[in-house]
Amino acid sequence: MTTHAVRIESVSKIFNPGRPNEVQALVDIDLDISPGEFVTLIGPSGCGKSTLLRLIASLIDPTGGTIHVNGKSAEQARLDQDYGMAFQRAGLFDWRTVARNIELPLELMGWKKSERERRSKEMLELVKLGEFGDHHPAELSGGMQQRIAIARSLSFSPSLLLMDEPFGALDEMTREHMQDEVLRLWSETGTTVVFVTHSIPEAVYLSTRVVVMSPRPGRIATTIDVDLGGRNDDTRAETPFFEKVTEVRAALRAVEAA
Amino acid sequence: MDDPLVREQLVRQQAATLDRRAAAGRGLRQVAVFSVFVVVLGFLYSGYKIFGQAIDDAQTDWPALGSVLPRTDDLNMPPILDILGEFTVTPGGTDQILGRQLFDEAMFTLREATVGFLAGIVVGLAIAIALARSRRLERGLFPYVIASQTIPLIAIAPLVIVWGRKNLDFVPWEWQDWMSVSIIATFLTFFPVAVNGLRGLQSPKPENLELMESYAAGWGQTLRRLRFPAAIPYLFTAAKIAATASVVGAIVGEISAGVGGGLGRRVFLEAQRYTTGPERLYAAVIASAVLGIFVFLVITAAEKFTLGRQGREALS
Repeated sequence: MTTHAVRIESVSKIFNPGRPNEVQALVDIDLDISPGEFVTLIGPSGCGKSTLLRLIASLIDPTGGTIHVNGKSAEQARLDQDYGMAFQRAGLFDWRTVARNIELPLELMGWKKSERERRSKEMLELVKLGEFGDHHPAELSGGMQQRIAIARSLSFSPSLLLMDEPFGALDEMTREHMQDEVLRLWSETGTTVVFVTHSIPEAVYLSTRVVVMSPRPGRIATTIDVDLGGRNDDTRAETPFFEKVTEVRAALRAVEAA
Repeated sequence: MDDPLVREQLVRQQAATLDRRAAAGRGLRQVAVFSVFVVVLGFLYSGYKIFGQAIDDAQTDWPALGSVLPRTDDLNMPPILDILGEFTVTPGGTDQILGRQLFDEAMFTLREATVGFLAGIVVGLAIAIALARSRRLERGLFPYVIASQTIPLIAIAPLVIVWGRKNLDFVPWEWQDWMSVSIIATFLTFFPVAVNGLRGLQSPKPENLELMESYAAGWGQTLRRLRFPAAIPYLFTAAKIAATASVVGAIVGEISAGVGGGLGRRVFLEAQRYTTGPERLYAAVIASAVLGIFVFLVITAAEKFTLGRQGREALS
């Protein structure tokens, strides 16, 4: 049996249990993700998609159930630095140059300086910002900052990439551009990606599987497999894309109506 | 490269260059404004002195008017040029011009202040780190950090001097009174560093802290790579307050503890023999003010340099 990249078994999460502000965030979540998959979590706000991502990252602990990443506990995977993470806000350290931002995780892992510098150069080339290593983040646009954040999350070649609405704050054109970037990185690195979004076209365009979630309490309503093949500029204008968008939209409508 | 993001970058860089030029212009303007301010102050002083003669006469004619406004005779308000001239006069019983004496005394006070400033940074930072480390410590100790500043400096200054002479004989060097004055200055300087430092250490956004957690970074690593660098602009703001406070602490310490050799002692002595040379007191006060402005400017320059290198701007 191959090891799942992520294995989530009957996970539930209650915030502030036993207090007046108790919130049932997630119930009965079962989800297996195979290596190399690109899975998006989509749903209305309050459906717990970001919570689920944080559970996988072991930034918070589940109230019930178990989560395994690469065959080990989520916490062990975090300690082993099995995953890289990108947030809605790039969250670059503004006192560090772009290159040294990318090197941050490598520093923490005790890489040698020369290796770090070589690696950050490679990563800058990968996100096509080779000439900006010496710049400070404040000098870059939001889209470029987000690219640096993605380069940072990939710098140590994690087998899993967790992305929490990374393009939520970008304008539409930049956003589509970044989606192609992420797809390219995904196919070049073979990383498994778990991607949270609330944009239906984004979910369809990127994923091999869309997980539709429903709110109050958060649970998985349905999963929709997507196979658009090689994407290009025309993909978003073609029938298979529209059909999938319609299917995901219908699923979300059903969720809202319920 | 046909990348729209990279093209946008060109525009941004041009804007940044313009920003930098504008900032340089602002710096020059600040110097100009300050110079004008000093000159205007001098004219106001002199103008009031001339105009005030009439008030003086009125007060003499109608004593009922009282003396609410300061007297403008040369004893109470020596002419500005006399005050400035006094810097080049060699006071009786000495062999150096007053300006030179004041400079030496300013250096003496600056040494006390600098040691007090540095000690304040170390102590304040240690407190800030301890309080940032533990919620419980913050809640328990922070009120006392604030309460420490309610103790009147003048009241504890003599105590610190006596205490230093009696109890600090174990240090490997000879304890001198000026070091006790530094301790008094430290009492003023650690406070802004502790308060601002704590704010700075707590300033990283949740997503940055989560990022460090996702890397399985421990508290020490998070402090070194995230919290401390994030606190640096806050620490510079604190350092500007602390630097001027260290001069105040040193001068007040000298005066209230009777430690000789510095500007505080000078101000105290000139106040005592005011009637025989009011210009000297004014000169000593001006020297004290200049020393305070000097240390402030030194820290501001260090702030600009350090933050500028990191592509950051000072907190306003």
